Amino acid sequence: MRYIPNSTGERRSMLADIGLERIEDLFDQIPEQLKLKEPIGVGDPISEPDLLEYFRDLASKNGIDHQSFLGAGAYSHFIPVIIDSLISRAEFFTAYTPYQPELSQGTLQYTFEFQTMICQLTGMEVANASLYDGSTAVAEAVLMANRVTRRSKFVIADTVHPQYREVVSAYTKHLGLKIEEAEHGESGTLDPGSLGIDNETAAVVVQSPNFFGCIEDLAAIADAAHNAGALLIVAITEPMSLGILKPPGALGADIVAGETQSFGIPLSFGGPYCGMFATLDKHVRQMPGRLVGEAYDSQGRRGYVLTLSTREQHIRREKATSNICTNQGLFALMATVYLSTMGKHGVQEVARQNLHKAHYAASEISKLDGFEMKFSSPFFNEFVVRTPQPASRVMKRLLDKKIIGGIALEGHYSAMTDSALVCVTETSKKEAIDRLVGALSEI
Amino acid sequence: MSNTPEDLSYTKDHEWVRVKGSQAAVGITDHAQQQLGDVVYVELPKVGDKFEASEPFGTVESVKAVSEVYMPVSGTVAEVNESLNDSPELVNEDPYGDGWMIGIKIDNLAQIDALLTSIEYEDYIKEEAAE
Repeated sequence: MRYIPNSTGERRSMLADIGLERIEDLFDQIPEQLKLKEPIGVGDPISEPDLLEYFRDLASKNGIDHQSFLGAGAYSHFIPVIIDSLISRAEFFTAYTPYQPELSQGTLQYTFEFQTMICQLTGMEVANASLYDGSTAVAEAVLMANRVTRRSKFVIADTVHPQYREVVSAYTKHLGLKIEEAEHGESGTLDPGSLGIDNETAAVVVQSPNFFGCIEDLAAIADAAHNAGALLIVAITEPMSLGILKPPGALGADIVAGETQSFGIPLSFGGPYCGMFATLDKHVRQMPGRLVGEAYDSQGRRGYVLTLSTREQHIRREKATSNICTNQGLFALMATVYLSTMGKHGVQEVARQNLHKAHYAASEISKLDGFEMKFSSPFFNEFVVRTPQPASRVMKRLLDKKIIGGIALEGHYSAMTDSALVCVTETSKKEAIDRLVGALSEI
Repeated sequence: MSNTPEDLSYTKDHEWVRVKGSQAAVGITDHAQQQLGDVVYVELPKVGDKFEASEPFGTVESVKAVSEVYMPVSGTVAEVNESLNDSPELVNEDPYGDGWMIGIKIDNLAQIDALLTSIEYEDYIKEEAAE
């Protein structure tokens, strides 16, 4: 479907129908002093070559010639070129929300495939058509657990991405929900026995691999939660880990909420990204967002339909399970194309490369004087390194050598002045890792 | 023709009420379930929730429509038919029996007198159909 704007004539006729003359008349409810009266301040028009040069200048500030070991919720992975070609088709590229959904069979079909692949990856029974991003997906999971259990206390691990925790707090602070933080142990993971779960706990929220890259003992945490009648919400910032780790669904997760940026979505300076949300069939009615189902017509022909839309904002607003009434269609398509292009074995292979390269980097860095691994838990492609000098200073020195070494954790965990979070993916060549190690050895 | 047991009271919103002392069971009528078609989901309140008469206490979703279910009289939810979570079709199969929805503690028994008898309810359905 194409988007066709109204012509001037049509606009005039619509205004006439409601008894108005000018567009401005529609806004006469807004006090005069609040209306913008001067140009918005984007500057004068410029020529196309000048515009391109302007953006090239801006882009050059991104440090594309730097070697990056940044992770922490946004991961540098290889993006197959086929993704751009396919998502650039006008039918996909222009669509916002399919308001006459059954007309958009292509959109519905890839959404169905996205849902299917998210279920396969997470080991869950049902997934929605995506949410804004990982952090809002986790916040929605908290709200959903409140609806399912009708309890209002939550235990959230302090190793869940700090920004995800901020979003959860923003979503819940006026809803009477109580959020308690569970501290990680020395190994960098949670101790399932000391989570403070009781009979009022709605859910435990844990991320795995967690913010420090450590893999949590999800099965034990699930047991602890379930024994108290609480749900287990598993947050995932690095879904590539699912190529090699046991899926959360097989370990007792009730809701899996996370980010799919790793699957073919560019880093783009932090967003927009694409949230995934999966749960068990028995909770499907409490799931936020939209869900596409497969159906057959009277002649047995297959079609795709928006199902379970009754709680969506556009149908029964007052009963909506969420204020999110749309999904990240184009990004879900990117993830779908990525996953179908790579296939099961491709994703496993990428995951293996991440694991091996990250472990190589960790072991080489650990050999350096003054550097050591902070945590003993198994990790996937991220790890915390203890530095001989304040980590922020070490990162600054690396930056001088055009290496973005990771993030100094002090900004998120004030006591961790000597720790940095380093991420190594399949995009880091061995020479680049060796350069990082060499640069660190000179500090 | 739908079934309208004589020992129950009815509302114009198509709920039935079976009063026992100061308690009552509430569900939707045979006529209502026939009109709705296959029920696929029933959302019910929790024990302890209080509602005024005519306030919606739950939702019934069928393949055709989504409808609110209303409190026949003011009261507190004392019991909830949890089996409808897994088997919403009980509302179709046995609306006056296994398909009951909630048990309530009635605030004011006098409100029951304002409800319809089975004959009045049958007349009401006929009127509705004629409109």
